[in-house]
Formats: sequence, structure tokens, C-alpha cells
Amino acid sequence: MLRCQSLRKTFDGVHALEGVSLEFYSAGISAIIGPNGAGKTTLLNVITGFLKPDAGQCFLHDREVTRLPPHRIARLGIARTFQDLRLVRQITVLDNVMLACPRQQDERLLRGLLHWGVAREEARNREEAVRLLEDVGLKHEAERLAGEMSYGQQKLLTFACCLATKAQIIILDEPVAGVHPEMISHILDLMLRLRNDGKQVIFTEHDISAVRRVADEIVVMYGGRKIAQGAPREVLESPQIIEVYLA
Amino acid sequence: MAYLEHILILISIYTILAISLDLLVGHTGLLPISHAAFYGIGSYTSALLAIRLGVPFILGLLAGMCIAGLLSLLVSLHALRLREDYLAIATFSFQVIAFSLFNNWTRLTKGPLGIMGIPKPDIFGATINSSHLLLALSITLAGFSYAVITAIASSPFGRVLHAIREDELFAQSLGKNTFKYKLTAFTVSAALAGAAGSLYAHYVTYIDPTSYTVPESILVISMVIIGGAGSRWGPLVGAVTLVSIPEGLRLVGLQGPAAANLRQMIYGALLVVTIMIRPHGLMGKRGFRP
Repeated sequence: MLRCQSLRKTFDGVHALEGVSLEFYSAGISAIIGPNGAGKTTLLNVITGFLKPDAGQCFLHDREVTRLPPHRIARLGIARTFQDLRLVRQITVLDNVMLACPRQQDERLLRGLLHWGVAREEARNREEAVRLLEDVGLKHEAERLAGEMSYGQQKLLTFACCLATKAQIIILDEPVAGVHPEMISHILDLMLRLRNDGKQVIFTEHDISAVRRVADEIVVMYGGRKIAQGAPREVLESPQIIEVYLA
Repeated sequence: MAYLEHILILISIYTILAISLDLLVGHTGLLPISHAAFYGIGSYTSALLAIRLGVPFILGLLAGMCIAGLLSLLVSLHALRLREDYLAIATFSFQVIAFSLFNNWTRLTKGPLGIMGIPKPDIFGATINSSHLLLALSITLAGFSYAVITAIASSPFGRVLHAIREDELFAQSLGKNTFKYKLTAFTVSAALAGAAGSLYAHYVTYIDPTSYTVPESILVISMVIIGGAGSRWGPLVGAVTLVSIPEGLRLVGLQGPAAANLRQMIYGALLVVTIMIRPHGLMGKRGFRP
């Protein structure tokens, strides 16, 4: 379970988060929606350690993670993608996924340098990476440079990297924004499959039809505050939400 | 022949410096301006140990590497918390401090007078006096450095460094402690620069602070950029190019202050032309992103 309590964050006097408290229970898909500037991405950045809040706390399974660095939070089981695509574009698609495999002993300098058991672990990670690429439909692109793929394929690759970390909580920042309609359907199917595998998916999105299709619950943010949280039907039909966002 | 061997030895020493700096510039995307400081630390450590305690070359070289590596660890613990331009400024400050110490800590370094009478390298008690053997030793050390950096770059550790170079936030989001990786790369790079310094001190048998200045750090950066940051052969090509040019000027009769000034102009022109024509350097494929 992921819990945030009274989170506040200000940028040069602008309140990006104003006392946001919410809970995401394990397994299921939670969508965070709201207009631009509502604080959605700031909230994700605070949860994943990329921004330190001015006040408030975040807890993962009752362990406080508020001020941990991003890599420690990732190792505790929270993987994420970014709104602006982040990848290693100059290495292959396969290498990007292998990079994401957790707790690699080979990434220690001496082991890597002297090749102690590197081949075995690399082979295992390669096998796992190929399986994940097959899952997201990128196996045929494994040896291409990541930067040479289309925008939608790069989004799928970031998705595969998240899966490779074996995190229990997957946070996706606008996973279908700017993506071809066929690819949108594919990405949403993958999200549903993750839910069925027992993972918890949290995503921000402006595409309400995509939200309707996959979300089990919706959090609505407006002006740095959480103004609603609940089942999709209940939230999306609320007159207040229709007025401040959907209208 | 002896002259050619001298040039090849210098190329070998600068190749060690360039390839070790490339681990940071080309593979990790960091731009420190302090490589000559670690080169100097290796030189002074090895020279002082040899002269004062009679420590053999190999042990002096290892000590030079360790001291350079340890000092770089101390510097980078603070400097690596900074980003891009600020990292360059912090390491530049260290370079200036190191030069001041070489120049002013006269009880230890003899200041501008320098340290004379450094013994030639010896291996298991046998002194290497012949220029052929010195060349063989220099090439062996350069080859070793090449092998180390190539092995690092192609290992899973190197894959993380490349991720840091391309997108540090992405690497962090995958659970990589990027600070630790950068710290390790910085230490390895400085230790190899220390090895180059030790070799240089025992080769020329005299060192003074003028070999470890800010322009020397910039010269090594120029070698990496002109050769091609992050490319397999770039540092070697950069070292060959920038060591050969001043020697070429000497051969065409340009000597003295005019040659020195012309050399500076050529360095500048080469940098500008290379960046304009081949932004990735002579051998580079990837973009240079300090």
C-alpha cells in the first residue's frame, strides 16, 4: 500500500501541492486526472523521490520513504516512467531492458572488469529481457538502437524497463499521450494484464476514454489539491468534477 | 631514432591520460578540469618515494595510483554532488589548489625548482635505461590502461555509466545509485592518471609544477574531444594528433616563443574546426555531452 499524507510543495511561491493526502491500496489501476498544473506530475515526482516535499510524508507498506533518494525508492519496489521519454537512446533496446534488471552483481566494477560469473548473469538477464520485449511486442526490435524507434515504441520500451525492475508498483506518467490509437489500445491492454498479475498501477492521463477503460479508481487533482477519489463512475459523473475539469 | 622513441613514449603517456579521462567525459558524461592534478599527484608521489625512501618504480607507481585515487575520492565526494558547469568549476578549483601546492609546498615538492635525479624505472631490480625498453614499458602501460577502460566500458558497469551519460534520472528511476557509479569512475580515472604521472616522472627524471597546470588539463580534454569522446580509438588518435603537431612545428623550423604561441593557436583552431566539421571528434560516433 502506498500512502501520502499532507504533502506540500511550492515552486517560487506557486503551490504545486497543497496538503495532498491519499492512499493507493495494493493491486488495481488508479488514474490521477486533472487539468494542466493540477500537481499530478509533482505528486508522482514526490512519491518517487525526484522531488523533496516541503512538508508531508509518503509511506510504502507503512515504511516512510519521503526523503529517500530515487534509486532507494525504486529498489523498494516503485518503478516509473516519465512524461518526457527517458531512455538510453544510444544503446540497444535489449540493453535498455537488461539495464533495468534489478540487483545485478555484474554491475560491480571488479566483477564486471574481471568477468567473474558475468556471462551467467548476463545470459539470465538477457533471457528475461527478451521475454519482456516479447510481452510488450518489441522482440523484433531488440537489437535496434532505442533512439531509432518511433515515439510509441519508445513508450513501450519504458514500459518494458519498468517491468524488468520487478517492482510491485508501476507509476506511468501519461502513458498514452502522443501515441498512435492502435498503440494506445496495446498499452492499455498491457496495463490490464499487469493488474491481473497482481501489480499496482498508478497513472496520470488526460485521455478520459483511456481512463474509463482501465481505471479501478480515479483521483482528481485541481490546483495542487485532491478534490475527489473514488470509483470511475462515481467520480466522472460528479457535477463538481464535470465543472472544474471535464467541462 | 631516439627522438622518435621519445615522441612515442610521450604519446603513450598522453594516451593513458586521455583514455582515463575519456572514462568520465565520453562514457559517463562528466567534464572535470582536474586531470593534470591527479597526473601531478602520481608524479610527485612516485618521485618522492623513490628519492627519499628508495621505493622501487612498480611500488611507487602503485602508490601514485592509490594516492591519486584516494584524493580524487575525497574531491569527488563533494564535486559530484554538483552538475555540469558547477562540476567543471569545482574540479577546476581543485586543479588550481593542487598546482599551488606543487608550487608552494617547497619542503615537500621543492616548488618551482622541481625534483631532480628521479631514478629511471626499474623492474625487479633491473633499471630500464634503454629507450627501446622505456618505450616498451610505456606502450605496455598504455595498453593496460586501454584494456581496463575497454573492459569497463563493455561491462554491465559500463552500461550503467552510459545510462548516466545519456539520462541520469532514468538510471536513478531503475534503482541505480548513480552517485556511487560516478564516484567509482572518477577514482579509476584519477588512479590511471596517477600511473601516467609516475611513468612520466621516472622517464624524464625531473619534474616541476609546470607540467601539471590548468592548460595541461585542458590539453588532455582537447585530446579526448578531438579524438572522439566515448569512442574506442578516439583518445589514442587525440593523443597522437596533439603530441605530434608541436613536434611537427619543431621539424619545420618553428621554435621558441613563436612556435609556442602558434601551437596554442593551432590547438584552438583544431578544436573549433573539429567541432564544426566533426562534432563527435575524429573517431567518434556518439555526441559529446559533458
